[in-house]
Amino acid sequence: MNWKSWGISKSPWLYHVNTGSCNNCDIEIVDCLTPKFDVERFGGKLVGSPRHADVLMVTGPMTRKSKPRFERILEASAKPFIVAAVGTCACSKGMFHDAYNCIGPVRKVTEALDEEIMVLNIPGCPPRPEAIIDGLVTGLNQLKEVKL
Amino acid sequence: MATTIPIGPYHPLQEEPEHYLLTVEEEEVIDVDVQIGYNHRGIEKLSEKKTFNQVPFLVERVCGICSHSHPYAYCLAVEDCGDIEVPERAKYIRTLIGELERIHSHLLWAGLAGHFIGYDTVFMWAWKYREDVLDLLELLTGNRNAYAMMKPGGVQREIKREDLEGARPKLETLREKSEMLYNAILDDPVLKARLEGVGVLPREDARAFGALGPTSRASGLPADVRADFPYGVYDELDWKVITREDGDTLARVEVRLLETLESIKMTEQIIDEIPDEGSIDSEPENVPAGEGIGNYEAPRGECFHYVQSDGSNRPVRHKIRAPTFMNFPTYKSTCKGETVADATIILASVDPCYSCTERAISLKNNEDVDLLELSQQKTADLKQEYGVDKSPLEEVLDE
Repeated sequence: MNWKSWGISKSPWLYHVNTGSCNNCDIEIVDCLTPKFDVERFGGKLVGSPRHADVLMVTGPMTRKSKPRFERILEASAKPFIVAAVGTCACSKGMFHDAYNCIGPVRKVTEALDEEIMVLNIPGCPPRPEAIIDGLVTGLNQLKEVKL
Repeated sequence: MATTIPIGPYHPLQEEPEHYLLTVEEEEVIDVDVQIGYNHRGIEKLSEKKTFNQVPFLVERVCGICSHSHPYAYCLAVEDCGDIEVPERAKYIRTLIGELERIHSHLLWAGLAGHFIGYDTVFMWAWKYREDVLDLLELLTGNRNAYAMMKPGGVQREIKREDLEGARPKLETLREKSEMLYNAILDDPVLKARLEGVGVLPREDARAFGALGPTSRASGLPADVRADFPYGVYDELDWKVITREDGDTLARVEVRLLETLESIKMTEQIIDEIPDEGSIDSEPENVPAGEGIGNYEAPRGECFHYVQSDGSNRPVRHKIRAPTFMNFPTYKSTCKGETVADATIILASVDPCYSCTERAISLKNNEDVDLLELSQQKTADLKQEYGVDKSPLEEVLDE
């Protein structure tokens, strides 16, 4: 573990990107912030700009219109950062695998831009808040072994 | 001099990507424009490839907040098309889940509205109480959000009597908390100052724009599919349509919170009256050729589905119109003359849901890609892959 991965694994600041999701994963992400689940226990909080974020919470199967905007967000984010693909759509497109306007999944877009970007998959339709928190904690713990 | 303020598509206030353009003169908003299309996934096209029983799972993913409304409207359309009878018990179960969904959706909106005006206490409160509804839904259906209960001709799963009885104490605490929230919000001088007289939608404008759901009811138009064209068991329940005359944002908050209480009342009645015995599924054999429509009162207003069948096992055409599609033109009336600071809550006060709305987007002069062409190309590719000849319709289109 070097200082960069140590820094990112403590109190991750989250930025929420919806790339054509059905709102289900989005409200579950927001649910994580509310009193019952409260990710602020782990120092996680939603921020308003990708420049402040450590983790990009990406939902949705990546529609054609949102892809260029998502790429701009990736470019704007302060490095190093992790992309967390929340929900089956973001992980593998799920039931939109043969939809004409969905060109995801998220990993395909990030790999085309920069192969170094780490993608954390949290599947589920939608993943429960417990699953989102578990996925984040597991991912961030594994980060400690990675050299960023 | 007029300036344009862009909000979005990715903005900390929004859950969904949508792009608002506010034209302002100093502090005053003189015009508003909305650009959508970020959420268009092509669900109508996908549903043409699914069988009638598979489509409910797909349309559930139209919107995660109304994930019972769209399958319900679709099933109503298929049942209209095939004259399919629904067992009494299935109707009760459908209505029960629908009303619980309404409670969760309205509480969610109340919280977000608090967040939009910078009052995060309301946000945290409302979402904390909303967890009780989600627990109830999980108890009854097994899922927090996408319930997967609907199928044409009935429902997918039983609900046990023990579970229904177990829901009663939870509903009682939910009623107490909702009443507390309602009183707290309406007594709060800060909220009153921010919401009263802001974003007024006059009754004539609501009618002219064709506003639906709580937006129209807050302007004095008692438009409610549950009362006008009853489906499910609404004609057997004791409830009333909530309306307010003021048409401002406060009235819209009030209508939604009172509807929450009304829904809790209905849920309790359903638990009392639901028959313990009986089938939950009429198991329709096939859907004959024809067309059908389904209207359902979603939490945001009337949700409309149209299904056309040619006698095969999948729909030939499936059209969806979500309530937000009718509600967001009202911005032209409500936002004008207000300040920029109030514009956010006015834009949010119709409870916009863009993933519901984006069934079709501008096909011409689109700088990205022409979607109609893409969708036709996709069908052509598939046909080539399977070695199927062109359909008569496509031959006509080619000429």
